[in-house]
Amino acid sequence: MNNLLEIRDLNVAYGGIQAVRGISFDVAEGEVVTLIGANGAGKSSTLRSIVGLVKSAGGNIMFDRKELRGLSTENIVRQGITLVPEGRRVFVNLTVYENLKMGAYMRKDRLDEDLDWVYDLFPRLKERSWQSAGTLSGGEQQMLAIGRALMSRPKLIMMDEPSLGLAPIVVQGVFDIIREINRQGVTILLVEQNANMALKAADHAYVMETGRITMSGTGAELAENEEIRAAYLGKAKKS
Amino acid sequence: MSKKTEVIINVALIGALFLVLFLLEQNLPSTHMLFTVLKKGAIYALVAVSMNLLNGFTGLFSLGQAGFMLVGAYTYGVLTIPVADRANVYMYFDGGLIQFALHPIIAIILAGALAALFAYLIGLPVLRLKSDYLAIATLGFAEIIRAIFQWDQLGPITNGSNLLRNYPSYKSVLFYFAASGVCIALIVMLINSTYGRAFKAIRDDEVAAEAMGINLAHHKRIAFVVSSFFAGVSGALLAMYQTSVQAAMFKSAMTYEILLIVVIGGIGSVTGSCISSFLFIILSEWLLRFLDTETYIGDFHVPLLRSGFRKVVFAVIIMIIVLFFRQGIMGTREFSVRSIYNKITGKSRKKEEGGAAS
Repeated sequence: MNNLLEIRDLNVAYGGIQAVRGISFDVAEGEVVTLIGANGAGKSSTLRSIVGLVKSAGGNIMFDRKELRGLSTENIVRQGITLVPEGRRVFVNLTVYENLKMGAYMRKDRLDEDLDWVYDLFPRLKERSWQSAGTLSGGEQQMLAIGRALMSRPKLIMMDEPSLGLAPIVVQGVFDIIREINRQGVTILLVEQNANMALKAADHAYVMETGRITMSGTGAELAENEEIRAAYLGKAKKS
Repeated sequence: MSKKTEVIINVALIGALFLVLFLLEQNLPSTHMLFTVLKKGAIYALVAVSMNLLNGFTGLFSLGQAGFMLVGAYTYGVLTIPVADRANVYMYFDGGLIQFALHPIIAIILAGALAALFAYLIGLPVLRLKSDYLAIATLGFAEIIRAIFQWDQLGPITNGSNLLRNYPSYKSVLFYFAASGVCIALIVMLINSTYGRAFKAIRDDEVAAEAMGINLAHHKRIAFVVSSFFAGVSGALLAMYQTSVQAAMFKSAMTYEILLIVVIGGIGSVTGSCISSFLFIILSEWLLRFLDTETYIGDFHVPLLRSGFRKVVFAVIIMIIVLFFRQGIMGTREFSVRSIYNKITGKSRKKEEGGAAS
């Protein structure tokens, strides 16, 4: 399978503090890949630097065999990458419908088909299309954030902690949607603290600790790994 | 209610408004206080809406409006004083440098254009700032503009700190309503366009907006330049209305007045700004004038009423609004024929538009 995204030796620093220290990983086309790790491991910084929201200090970001480093966010989004930011960040004073249209801001063609697609995935959004996004519940806002990202018709969708602050039953729904989107051909790079759910959904997984990737494997492999089980899944080592 | 009936009703209402204004002008003496208030109200409505475009719709807290109005007012005055009068107006500067006069309408457009150019240049460094810092920087630049226009060395063009006068001006209140109305309509069209939606997205969440691929710097610049263009136009209209203009009147106090109008009307509501602008002008120029004059009822000297007391009352009003009515008159809602119709018939907006979309 082709690698859609190849990260080589990526470094990100904020005013002298190195958040990401030379990580490398691949995201193959059509896969769900997850980065798991504790707070401050550098997961979000990785995503934000891929999409150009923060400038990376060194390394390569190849997407579809094109170098993304140095491009503006605008141009990166145009290449077919989109980010579902941490904490949902929907536009609270815009309606659901307007939020979805914002997701397709870079596109000039007709949106009807994609709107139908998103409304099919999230029937609840269709019901509430004329409500302002601020009146939605947390789970609905997360659905909207994902739907909004899908409106740019991305090849790769990156999600930053989509389960954050949601009730377990809602989290289950979010992961069902992630699988469904993936089944329909969108590649997904998922950053999660909910390692349990993320590893179940992932084809490949990487573990990040203090800016470095310390472990990698298929989702199932890592879910079985003793150290991972102890550190991230809250299950005691079998002695 | 169909779109077509709505348009017809709106056109009819605007027509009726102009007819009423026309009839009033025919039947009342032209010096009547009502016209003063209506003209100034129309001008302030325009500048308030232009400020709302920045503060309310794009989330840029800018306080430079008076500066850009000054640029507009001066551009208009300087470019339209008849050549024959220049020797008289520019008496300290040998008749000044500019020896031609443009048609007022062209001068108004140039007034906006020059204000927009100033905004573009100021925006390059200033728009990198956020919230309060942006407010301080724009306020500072507005004061700098005022100082520069009063500078003696520029006297041959700006007449230094002396009055600009004798330029042509339209007397009819209809002109002010038409000019201001057209400009506000243009701003509303911008707000309802894709650009407008991007402005609102930036206001709601800069990071998310950027992640959608919206170029923040570009869009903020557009909002700033467009807002300043219309501030410049309203400055030109204000110059026209006052028949003489001087840099000293465009102090930051003027920006605060406009900010007050925007806040009272509702940050993020165009119609709110218009309504509160007329309300504010009617109160401050007309109905509350008595607060500034010492008054005797019989032998009783009414306490507190003396020059400046009006401002105290306004200060109290704004405190009450900020404490208890943060949404202003309209909040972010808009006043329209459709909203009244829906209120009367009890139809919700959601049902109607949702039905139209599906």
